[in-house]
Amino acid sequence: MTPLIETRNLNVRFGGVHATRDVNFTLAEAELRCVIGPNGAGKSTFFKLLTGQVKPTSGQILFRGKDISNMQPHEPGRLGIGIKTQVPSLFNGLSVWENVWLSARRTNSTEQADRITRETLERVGMLALRDATAGLLAHGMRQWVEIGVVIAADPPLILLDEPAAGMSDAEVARTAELILEINRRHALVVVEHDMNFIRMIAKKVTVLHQGAVIMEDSPDRIMRDPLIQQIYLGKKPH
Amino acid sequence: MNRFAKSWMSAALCLAIGTAMLFGLPSVMDDYTLIQVTIYAVMSILGVSLGFIWGFGGILCFGQAAFFGLGSYTYAIAVMNMGDSTVPFVLAILVPALFAAVIGYVIFYGRLSDVYMGVITLTVTLILFNLINSTAGPEWRIGSAPLGGFNGIPGIPTLNVPGRPDDVLSPKDLFDVTVVCLLVVYLGLRVLISSKIGRVIIAAKENEQRVLLLGYDARAYKLFCFTLGGAIAGLAGCLFANWGAFTSPTIFGLAQSAQIIIWVIVGGLGTLVGPIVGCALIQWLTTAIGTQQTFNSNLVLGAILLLFVLLVPRGIVPSLGSAGEWLFRKLRRPAAAVSPVASTAVLPPTEQAT
Repeated sequence: MTPLIETRNLNVRFGGVHATRDVNFTLAEAELRCVIGPNGAGKSTFFKLLTGQVKPTSGQILFRGKDISNMQPHEPGRLGIGIKTQVPSLFNGLSVWENVWLSARRTNSTEQADRITRETLERVGMLALRDATAGLLAHGMRQWVEIGVVIAADPPLILLDEPAAGMSDAEVARTAELILEINRRHALVVVEHDMNFIRMIAKKVTVLHQGAVIMEDSPDRIMRDPLIQQIYLGKKPH
Repeated sequence: MNRFAKSWMSAALCLAIGTAMLFGLPSVMDDYTLIQVTIYAVMSILGVSLGFIWGFGGILCFGQAAFFGLGSYTYAIAVMNMGDSTVPFVLAILVPALFAAVIGYVIFYGRLSDVYMGVITLTVTLILFNLINSTAGPEWRIGSAPLGGFNGIPGIPTLNVPGRPDDVLSPKDLFDVTVVCLLVVYLGLRVLISSKIGRVIIAAKENEQRVLLLGYDARAYKLFCFTLGGAIAGLAGCLFANWGAFTSPTIFGLAQSAQIIIWVIVGGLGTLVGPIVGCALIQWLTTAIGTQQTFNSNLVLGAILLLFVLLVPRGIVPSLGSAGEWLFRKLRRPAAAVSPVASTAVLPPTEQAT
């Protein structure tokens, strides 16, 4: 069966920095995958490659078998790849409703977009703040609004870059529930640092280190692996 | 009251004021004053063109005068060759629009930064100024229309009733046509801003990266916005040529371009009424200062710009709007407590109701 997204020997260099090294990554339809790695491992660059914000130096990105390696920045969004960026990227001067509505309206009529926006804001628990200006919201709320913006477009693939960063424990638990609920209809790739959060949502984890994939396994096996502990937590192997 | 309702209430208010001016002013004003008000309306259309692309599209164009001048010259040359003004009127809108589309394509599809946008548009204006300025000889003519170089083109035939070249418009008719054009431009842009296209244009100004990630081609939306601004400026240029039956290269000049920016800043960026208010106010002030010898008008305009940038950075209309809302809330507060949700629903500094 054709994977939803697949990368083949993906490389990107910024001058002398080799940010992504021969990354081979495969994700099936409706799969949920977590990607971990220390700072500078190339996680955000990997997401930028998948969404056309950065062009690969070499290698291929295939979306449902179609090569999207050299697409214009707006084309992956049209194809069905949605992303919540590391720093919430919203229309700060617009209302919560308008942020989500613009996402829903691209492929839907005004009436359908209104309905989808209402349903989406209910899903992410932001309907009560529909008229609030996005730029004035607290960080956690901005994260949920951005998740709403992404899911309102109903993309088959959703990339979430640190969705639980800067959240309280209660907010993290709620975000985990939300992600599992989204995963019923969408494939997700989630970049996170919080291991407890990863345990809540992930069945399979990919570990990036210095731009390369070094391991793919269940969260528990990943956590127990001496090499991962050394790289990620600074522990020396016994 | 939500933002959408407020927006349309203010549009209805502007339409009512415009209609009242259209029918009321000619009966209470002498011909000289009516002609003065006509030029205010012409320049207001020009101001709105920049107010739209800058305030809503986030495109700071230093060369809006280029499209204005092109509209003016296109009308003058075409009408002198054709006789009937109907096609020249349309050409005066289409030629600047096409010119804006070409420049915009290079800028937006070449992914040039905002700084280059300013540099390119300013340079194009100055090139046009120098080009037209150096066409003084009798050999410089297009058909039967001499370009006139720095002397400009005098004796431009006024708009006529379509298909009847001898039935030219009187100053009162020209006032009517100009005010109707201003109202149509205002309401047309109001409708556009409320549509999907308008909202994407505003969104691209807020966060172009997010617009791209949603799958919208931001370049196309910005190009449309810029081209429409060029078309509206061309319309203003056409009406300007009609107003004085004259056009000259000075309308391509740096002073003209700077003045449009001042109108928008003073009236209020991010509104459509702001540029109209700013234009009328500054035009009136310039005329008033011109009647005395004590102060140089450019010096006063510079001081006004500085004062507004420092003290009223949002401009007259948004500041008045905020003051009105504050007063409205203060008067309502005893009757109904403000909910925490409502208190967070603060209007953004841009895209306000006006």
